[in-house]
Amino acid sequence: MAKEKLTKEIKIPAIKNGTVIDHIPSRVTLKIIRLVDPQEFEHTISLALNLKSKKIGKKGVIKLSNRFLTKEEVSKVGILAPEATVSIIKDYKIKEKIHVKVSDMIEKIVKCSNPNCITNIEKVKTRFNIVTEHPLKIRCAYCERTMSRDDIKLN
Amino acid sequence: MTQNFKGRDIISIRDLSKQDILTILDVAKKLEDKPMPNLMKEKIMATLFFEPSTRTRLSFVSAMERLGGKVLGFENTEVTSVKKGETTWDTIKMIEQYADIIVQRHPIEGAARLAAEASSIPVINGGDGANQHPTQTLLDLYTIKKEKGKLDNLNIGFVGDLKYGRTVHSLCIAMSHFRTKLYFIAPDALQMPKSYLEDLDKKGIPYVIEKDLLKAAKDLDVIYMTRIQKERFPDPVEYNKLKGVYQIDKSLLNHTKKDVKILHPLPRVDEIKKELDDTENAAYFRQAGNGIPVRQAIIALVTGMI
Repeated sequence: MAKEKLTKEIKIPAIKNGTVIDHIPSRVTLKIIRLVDPQEFEHTISLALNLKSKKIGKKGVIKLSNRFLTKEEVSKVGILAPEATVSIIKDYKIKEKIHVKVSDMIEKIVKCSNPNCITNIEKVKTRFNIVTEHPLKIRCAYCERTMSRDDIKLN
Repeated sequence: MTQNFKGRDIISIRDLSKQDILTILDVAKKLEDKPMPNLMKEKIMATLFFEPSTRTRLSFVSAMERLGGKVLGFENTEVTSVKKGETTWDTIKMIEQYADIIVQRHPIEGAARLAAEASSIPVINGGDGANQHPTQTLLDLYTIKKEKGKLDNLNIGFVGDLKYGRTVHSLCIAMSHFRTKLYFIAPDALQMPKSYLEDLDKKGIPYVIEKDLLKAAKDLDVIYMTRIQKERFPDPVEYNKLKGVYQIDKSLLNHTKKDVKILHPLPRVDEIKKELDDTENAAYFRQAGNGIPVRQAIIALVTGMI
């Protein structure tokens, strides 16, 4: 156990200030990193995939130096990876740990996967209701298309 | 109970509780038994048909006119400002000034919900793309109740294109309020989408997946036929092989309960042979007629006139 922890620390160096997103299912880790627009970001981003996790099998970890997530970004993490934790780091210490979760109603941040949905044709703010949380299934309030997490595209 | 309806929109069958459904069916029965030709006098219904649907439109117009109301509207966006790029929102904001109730048919899914959000007067969804057509579902329920005398303890068989059939999906959601057993009879390629089956599992509604209508026929109280469209099949050979299985004629009645009722949302092509039309089992034309009292009930309820 101690050996594994050591390996993890070598792979992903600690950050002084910023955000650590942990317990991300490996398959959605790259989707989450896109949220922070990595090309435009000037500070260090560390990323690890396929780490062993007792809870979720294989997990990903993202560490963002000098970057803090907005409320909307935290919601987006919650949709893609409700198991994830978001920790705010100040001076190498965890200042706050947020357990992200999906809210009852998702507004604006998700795009409907139905090309014939009115939200993809006219300028209409999207809105989705949660059908089930585990596994995540959401339903468009307009066209009623049900989407699972793998179908979800963020706006 | 009827007061709950005043000002409401009828957009999706999912918005209606079991009690809502029963209230609508109850009011429809009263209006059928005792017509009220002056109930909607001085009221105007706007029919906004962004795509043509003659039967749905005529049924709504007939329902309103038989209640003494007036109708205005269009059935072709070529003649409207939509052609000039007007949004649904703006169209509705204008029309709501002219009428007391709106019936909208639209080729885009979700357009009905958007119209309801824009409108200060009640909006009835007359079909939004492949999504919802709640008044069809309510008239289907009304027909089942009228033909069988109940909505509980029935075995209902859906036959044909269950994958793309909007009417099947909505009726399946509505029937899950009642103690029924559902039979989904279709080729694998056109079976019920998984999400609907999962909903039934969650609600504990028993169902059977079957390919062969004759195998299930003896159990059924209601057969809900739908049209299989050739273009839905990836392989035309498969279509030719299967199409006969889902076409029914009088010989089917040798395998069914004596009082089985056959429904169909119409139009039919060749899935129900004409020879069945004059049997007591054929309920599909009566079903179309039931659209009148059901739509009358909805119009009267949401405008608060009943």
